[in-house]
Amino acid sequence: MSESIHLVFNVDGNNFASAGTASEEVKSKLKMIGISSADIRRVAIAMYEGEINMVIHAGGGEAIVDIFLDRIEILLADHGKGIEDIEQAMQPGWSTAPDDIRALGFGAGMGLPNMKKYTDEFRIDSTVGVGTNVYMTIKFN
Amino acid sequence: MNIGEITQTIEGKVLCCEDRLDTEVVTCCASDMMSDVLAFYSASNGVLITGLVNPQIVRTAIMVDAVCIIIARDKKVDDTIVNLAKDNGIVVILSPYTMFETSGRLYEAGLRKSKG
Repeated sequence: MSESIHLVFNVDGNNFASAGTASEEVKSKLKMIGISSADIRRVAIAMYEGEINMVIHAGGGEAIVDIFLDRIEILLADHGKGIEDIEQAMQPGWSTAPDDIRALGFGAGMGLPNMKKYTDEFRIDSTVGVGTNVYMTIKFN
Repeated sequence: MNIGEITQTIEGKVLCCEDRLDTEVVTCCASDMMSDVLAFYSASNGVLITGLVNPQIVRTAIMVDAVCIIIARDKKVDDTIVNLAKDNGIVVILSPYTMFETSGRLYEAGLRKSKG
């Protein structure tokens, strides 16, 4: 394997049914290069929650993924409405998701706490009216 | 317990991946909240019981390495769901019972949530 693998995905904001396809691809790529299933699951869950968030709240965006020998770095970048109060958004149970999304099994305010739980480094930069960048790093054990 | 025995226990109908009915399952989770599944259910070779019917139940199952999805109460399941599950080797079973009774039957038959 070369030094790193660089992947870029467009996350379609208009299609809830397709949300998660980028995470699925990253998952199979990690499996192919022999990363442990426990680490793969952490990556898959964190990235999938992030993708779902981009579709629910931001009209989609871009997922930029760099896989190194010892870790994976994921940037989820959107041009949505931004997060006013990041600390509040990180509270389990706090959500601005509409009822139709809740009816689909998401939007209970568990996404961001889940993402933090499964990652080794987690950071959100957000500007209201401009968009949000979520940075995640997961180290391979 | 394997997926074939699970199907018999709940008198279910298998919608795809019939060739995988001998797969042993070790844990189970019943939820309509996919974020809860992603947060608290971290064992591979498990079953996901849900009342929801949208493609994200399959994606959630993929992310947590579940091998089987049981859809409660004989709902209409469209091809998108079945095809996505088929592509990923996940057995989909339609249960005639509610989520409560589906879970209860499997618990009574010895299926448990794994520790951790």
